[in-house]
Amino acid sequence: MADSPPLLEVRNLRVEFHTRRGILTALDDVSFHIDRGEVLGVVGESGAGKSLTGSAIIGLLEPPGRIASGQILLNGRRIDTLNEEASRRIRGKEIGAIFQDPLTSLNPLYTVGQQLVETILTHLPLTPAQARKRAVELLEATGIPAAAQRIDHYPHQFSGGMRQRVVIALALAAEPRLIVADEPTTALDVSIQAQIIDLLKTICRDRGAAVMLITHDMGVIAETADRVAVMYAGRIAEIGPVSSVIGTPQHPYTRGLMDAIPSIHRSTEFLAQIDGSMPRLNAIPSGCAFNPRCPQRMPRCLTDRPELLDAGASRAACWLHDAEVEL
Amino acid sequence: MKRRLYQLWDSDLAYAWRNSNIAVLASVMLLLLLVGSVGADWVAPHNPFDLASINLIDALTPPIWMEGGNPLYLLGTDSQGRDLYSSLLYGMRVSLFIGVSSVILAMAMGVVLGLVSGYVGGRVDAFIMRVADVQLSFPAILIALLIDGVVRAAVPAHLLENIAFPVLIGAIALAGWPQYARTVRGSTLVEKNREYVQAARVTGVSSSAILFQHVLPNVLGPVLVLATVHLATAIITEATLSFLGVGVPPTSPSLGTLIRVGNDFLFSGEWWITIFPGLALVLLVLSVNLLGDWLRDALNPRLN
Amino acid sequence: MVFFILRRLLQAVGVMLSVALISFILFQYVGDPVTIMLGQDATEQDRIELRQQLGLDQPAPIQFARFVGNALQGDFGLSLRQGQKVSTLLAERFPATMELSVAAAGLALIVGLPLGVYTALNRHSRLSQLVLTLSLVGVSLPTFLIGILLILVFAVMLGWLPSYGRGETVQLGWWSTGLLTADGWEHLILPAITLSLFQLTLILRLVRSEMLEVLRQDYIKFARARGLTRRAIHFGHALKNTLVPVITITGLQLGGIIAFAIVTETVFQWPGMGLLFIQAVQFADIPVMAAYLCLIALIFVVINLVVDMLYFVVDPRLRVARTGAH
Repeated sequence: MADSPPLLEVRNLRVEFHTRRGILTALDDVSFHIDRGEVLGVVGESGAGKSLTGSAIIGLLEPPGRIASGQILLNGRRIDTLNEEASRRIRGKEIGAIFQDPLTSLNPLYTVGQQLVETILTHLPLTPAQARKRAVELLEATGIPAAAQRIDHYPHQFSGGMRQRVVIALALAAEPRLIVADEPTTALDVSIQAQIIDLLKTICRDRGAAVMLITHDMGVIAETADRVAVMYAGRIAEIGPVSSVIGTPQHPYTRGLMDAIPSIHRSTEFLAQIDGSMPRLNAIPSGCAFNPRCPQRMPRCLTDRPELLDAGASRAACWLHDAEVEL
Repeated sequence: MKRRLYQLWDSDLAYAWRNSNIAVLASVMLLLLLVGSVGADWVAPHNPFDLASINLIDALTPPIWMEGGNPLYLLGTDSQGRDLYSSLLYGMRVSLFIGVSSVILAMAMGVVLGLVSGYVGGRVDAFIMRVADVQLSFPAILIALLIDGVVRAAVPAHLLENIAFPVLIGAIALAGWPQYARTVRGSTLVEKNREYVQAARVTGVSSSAILFQHVLPNVLGPVLVLATVHLATAIITEATLSFLGVGVPPTSPSLGTLIRVGNDFLFSGEWWITIFPGLALVLLVLSVNLLGDWLRDALNPRLN
Repeated sequence: MVFFILRRLLQAVGVMLSVALISFILFQYVGDPVTIMLGQDATEQDRIELRQQLGLDQPAPIQFARFVGNALQGDFGLSLRQGQKVSTLLAERFPATMELSVAAAGLALIVGLPLGVYTALNRHSRLSQLVLTLSLVGVSLPTFLIGILLILVFAVMLGWLPSYGRGETVQLGWWSTGLLTADGWEHLILPAITLSLFQLTLILRLVRSEMLEVLRQDYIKFARARGLTRRAIHFGHALKNTLVPVITITGLQLGGIIAFAIVTETVFQWPGMGLLFIQAVQFADIPVMAAYLCLIALIFVVINLVVDMLYFVVDPRLRVARTGAH
């Protein structure tokens, strides 16, 4: 654990959606932090709330979603209560973002260079010529060959993997301290995924940028992240160093996820799976959200919602780790 | 039965309707206009076609709230002494009749052609779409005018009046089918590749059964929105053609005819003869448009 | 690119030929031209002579070829109603319609575009709601009614503007223009507004819906995530992406103005081609109808071609040759 204060701190974040059928709680009391330069993986099924957390942090939560309570702090300063202009200045300059589909992330009518230079000039006090030079450097750093020529090409002239490299360059253009990467490789060919993830990790490490890596792919997390947060039904089920969470999962949900991954070493007839499915937002069980599917359910789990409790090197929201209880 | 009604009332569409002031207002307005025009025989205080009941002395009476107004004639009379309010109701009936008929005809043509085009594909599809595209690049009114003009030239004068209605309806319908065809074709292309269609094919269901029982219900949404927009356009087109003198025959005047006749009196100060039919026309089209707009927003899943 | 132009040109020629065919069929077979021209009491000898003169005894394809040949030279014969050459009549009326149409198109664009952008960027403002309501009313008003209302208010009640005709015109060669006299302008105002209103509301709603659609796109979201200013996002990115489809659709719509002029010219007695056409329809004056049809088709085809070219110029995805995926 780093000694300096964390780069990003999320405290008791609650995100609600006001619909005509009532209020849906999409994120319920989510707390975590990210240290300088570290890679935090955020993993979970579709609908668990990972992307929403990312959107809330960047400040791009789409209505009818809104932050109902909680705090988001960047370098100790609250960023969830800023006005639109102050929020805008943080985006790109302090926090960068990468989204899933590189094809639709780039404006097809502008060249890659124009989009890069525009971003650079918005945040950094450079001349257009300097900005262009920097843009070429960024493209080279992200591994685009013949960057000096390709900078004047349009997005449709790049392949999928190349486009995502451009997107990464754009996200890093103004030297942010934190990158929120929402499923950066899901839309890419499997053969390219590894390259992009590698690039992301290296380039961020070189520039001292922390990464919040949102994905549903455990394998990517295992390769890339320092710590990982497992999300379930809008809450964090378990959070801790990657080796601990993956090697010795403390939460029954995480354990189920790990067991479900087929292994070359074990021969088995049936793939293990967790019974049932993640509850919909309007039908979240009381107490622990996972209790209907949990093989180790206790009576307490049905009524009391567990906070994140210490469990070895990581923390898990599970009553099994309540130190006061005799097991 | 009660449960079905309740389900309908509670459905998303009905909920959206209930909550939208505009939709309810437009529906009420439209309903009133419909009742007034379809039931003109009962609602209208006078019969403008009954020559015996028309009094030339009462000609050019202003509306009831102006000086010289007569409580017998709420909105005044025209140059022949006919009650404007009654003429208006009958005229609206004609306008509505032609409008609705054209839409139904265009919808039938367009939907069938679109289904066939999308489902069969190949040369048939290319041909139909080509025709539709070329036709779409010309404004509907021009096409309607042309058809009307040609018929007028080809058919001897004494027969003209008999076929005026079908020709008008046909002309407006012919000008409007491409939109339906295009839309339905697009939806059909999407549905064609869905599993339920392939499943039906595999179990030996005939093509036409597939098209009409399976694909059609799924493409109806956009068609409905299109139909409301088209209804407004059709009513305006008919009014325009009648105003120009090439629409309905003078014996069964529509709102457009009434406006044209009244136009001559604009400068001499008897403005009501043309304005009130005009107002009726606007209210009619406006309520259709409002409903259509609302329907489009309500059926659009993405705007939620 | 050249291939593309060639293909479009060929299509254009194809459309023109089809229209010419329809015109030809109208010309020859709807009603008997000989009877129309000579009247019912003509002798058989006169008829046969005229038939030969008009080449009506030739086989159909040759007649069609003649028709096309004549058409290309602008010769559509004589108007049944007025006895003058159709081409002369059309040429006389052409400037009037053109000036009116261009004025209306300009008005529709100058007012419609900015309003459309404003209502998209400020969805919930009072002004937007007002504009949208008015636009809905605008779409519900038939053009002729708008004309009548404007005449009622500005000509009859207020007496500010004239309601009839073109006013003073100046002759520049074969083109007669009303733009060089104050009187001409006064006469132009009401008809131009009438003609433009429908297109204006269409453009407004089109721009608005396109822009709203664009604002939902991922690249806008990414642009916001990069911290670009609202101005850069709205006018640099969203507007440009909106204009691409809007420009092309609008171009096609503007062709419609020329046709809609028919109604406006009737209401204001504006001496243009539209008024001529209506009179031809009322009178079953086939030659004029056929000629007008061909002319309009030509204008439309040209506009379509220009718009297609424009698309090419404006959208880099069509323009730049693919250099191959890397």
